[in-house]
Amino acid sequence: MLSRTASDLYWLSRYFERAENAARMLDVVWNLSLIRYAVDTQAEIAAPLAITGTAEQYGARYGKVTIHNVLHFFTLDADNPASIYSCLRLARTSAHAVRGKITAEMWESVNSTWLELREIRQTGLQVYGETLFFEWVKNRSHLFRGATYGTLMRSDTFRFLRLGTFIERADNTARILDVKHRDGEADSNTTVDYYRWHALLRSVGAYEAYREMYSETINGERVAELLILRPEVPRSLLSCLQELCGLLPDIEGQAGLEAKRLAAVQLARLQYGDLAHIVDIGLHDYLTDFLRRINELANTIQSEYLELV
Amino acid sequence: MRSLRMPAVSGFDEMIGPASEVRSHYAGYHDWLLRQDSRDLQRKRKEAELQFHRVGITFNVYGEDSGTERLIPFDTLPRMIPAREWALLERGAIQRVQALNLFLHDIYHDQKIIRDGRIPAEQVFGNAQYQPCMQDVDLPNQVYSQISGVDLIRDGEGTWYVLEDNLRTPSGVSYMIENRRMMMRLFPELFAQQTVAPVEHYPSLLLETLQHSAVHSHPTVVLLTPGRFNSAYFEHAFLAQQMGIELVEGADLFVKEGFVYMRTTAGPQRVDVIYRRIDDAFLDPLAFRSDSMLGVPGLLSVYREGKVVLANAVGTGVADDKSIYPYVPEMIRFYLDEEPILANVPTWQCRRDNELKHVLARLPELVVKEVHGAGGYGMLVGPAASEQEIEQFRQRLLAAPDNYIAQPTLSLSTCPIFVDEGIAPRHIDLRPFVLSGYDTRVVPGGLTRVAMKAGSLVVNSSQGGGTKDTWVLEDDPC
Repeated sequence: MLSRTASDLYWLSRYFERAENAARMLDVVWNLSLIRYAVDTQAEIAAPLAITGTAEQYGARYGKVTIHNVLHFFTLDADNPASIYSCLRLARTSAHAVRGKITAEMWESVNSTWLELREIRQTGLQVYGETLFFEWVKNRSHLFRGATYGTLMRSDTFRFLRLGTFIERADNTARILDVKHRDGEADSNTTVDYYRWHALLRSVGAYEAYREMYSETINGERVAELLILRPEVPRSLLSCLQELCGLLPDIEGQAGLEAKRLAAVQLARLQYGDLAHIVDIGLHDYLTDFLRRINELANTIQSEYLELV
Repeated sequence: MRSLRMPAVSGFDEMIGPASEVRSHYAGYHDWLLRQDSRDLQRKRKEAELQFHRVGITFNVYGEDSGTERLIPFDTLPRMIPAREWALLERGAIQRVQALNLFLHDIYHDQKIIRDGRIPAEQVFGNAQYQPCMQDVDLPNQVYSQISGVDLIRDGEGTWYVLEDNLRTPSGVSYMIENRRMMMRLFPELFAQQTVAPVEHYPSLLLETLQHSAVHSHPTVVLLTPGRFNSAYFEHAFLAQQMGIELVEGADLFVKEGFVYMRTTAGPQRVDVIYRRIDDAFLDPLAFRSDSMLGVPGLLSVYREGKVVLANAVGTGVADDKSIYPYVPEMIRFYLDEEPILANVPTWQCRRDNELKHVLARLPELVVKEVHGAGGYGMLVGPAASEQEIEQFRQRLLAAPDNYIAQPTLSLSTCPIFVDEGIAPRHIDLRPFVLSGYDTRVVPGGLTRVAMKAGSLVVNSSQGGGTKDTWVLEDDPC
């Protein structure tokens, strides 16, 4: 496959996944902001800025942190490269470049997402409805993934799309977990804490999984275990690495030696890791190290497959 | 349908005859049309528009915000051609393209037609589209124009003419295929009612043609596009996908040790045939325009060594130029020893004094075109121009008569389209696509372009023209 094509496929799914994760995160923030009696609203509202490292950019443009400004900044703000609007625009641009490689149904799902998003932007988030919008983004992502799964031939086209999904998802899950952990440390075992962990689980769609696997009150260590080490949860770090390690060896040709090695090392660290060890190191340090490693893997995929000279 | 009555037609209409009778090949369709509810038809039009938007069958308009995408207006009333009539057009188009290919081979080799005095040497060698670098380069099968578009029109009497040949990178074939898909989706009952010749196999014929152009069997074929901001990008992506070949940009290709390679995730892969949709001037910054970012450095040297095939060949533009057009009937006689099946539009060459005089005297009646122009830019349509416009054009013509040809203003034939009030006649043309591989073939039909404004003769999509599905009816109605 052409390196440029592989690159567009990879970034198409990365941006779509990023938009979905942003919607998940913002949905939680929006809901927490409504439970004023239980939560330090201001800290919750500012959390997405910390997760994505955009506090400075936000401050320069909007000043005061308010829920509606933060939501606008992350949803329909065309000037914020991390907004859902920008992510879906870039996903659509990449899809446009490879529309001959993906199925008509996949292209139509990306393209109609973009056309609808432009209409929603005209309507405005508050009129359209915040919750409805986040559901819409998740549904569009489900639809695209479904079209991909249901119609696309299992070839390198499929594999580069999936690579993008899991690199992005691993990164996003780690970031969400990291910020929640730091915020939650101070006041553990309080109602606030419960709401936070509860919201975090819901944001990654793992609330039901937690209930089924642990018959105990929601607490930080268990949530961390679930989202880092459990292979049953599709957004856990281990699941993402398992997918990545399954995909890389199937890509045609002999390229990508270093990417395969890095992925295998990281998979082993998760597969044979345990919670006590993570608690020992400290969750924040553990996740910081993980983010550095996943970033290194992403850069290696970029240089070994996507920017061939 | 209540409001079917067509307003009076002047000139030749494809559906309605001179005594307001429905032409026999439209009879079945017309009966069907009378049974339709106008609201249903309106709904179908909306559905088509929505579907084209969703599928993203759009084109980019130059000069507007980069990446502005527009739909080409699509009309749901088909343009029909009876089988017998099509047989003539098909033979005529094939004959013409064969002669043009022989002409190209000749002028880049022995130049017999010039030595024989049939075409003045300066018309060929003085032409900006003549590529000296192609002199004595041998091409496989001696085919220069693998993909040709022959633009056909009918005058007020219904006589067919060739308006121009397109031998560089003719576009529009994706609309031919998508229009058919749309019509089958919207009106399946019409296809059950009569036999319409299929067009959807065009991509497989095109792939075969491209494979035939290679030196060895099982060649790697790619489609080279200028990129996603090109006006025809949709078509490039569409054809690459339909043929199952890579859609490449210049930066994806490189030249090494005498061959062309593409950059892939598994390392460099050799390329044998390039269906290029970029102009000669942008192909190779080392050989042509050095500021081109679209091409591949060193491509031309590999090409001249015969180590890669370009379709169409470099230098075909000299044969479809408007200054060469008047000589095509002569080429047919010279190379094929046949009489032309399809006539040229009578053409005055302003470079000749006596013809220029004639043109200047009759400017308000004529169409005057720049010899190197395309896309409906830089032309004068006398009957539609103001006195002032005509005078301005006269000055330009006098300043550089060599740059212009003139033709009578033909009242192109009309075909009904759906408008808000019902149906109304609009001017149309027809572009069949001729493929030259081991033999020369045409998919039945082609792209019918429509001037959407009442009375307008300009069908180019860049000027707001639309398209229709073109039906070659396989059974003559009895």
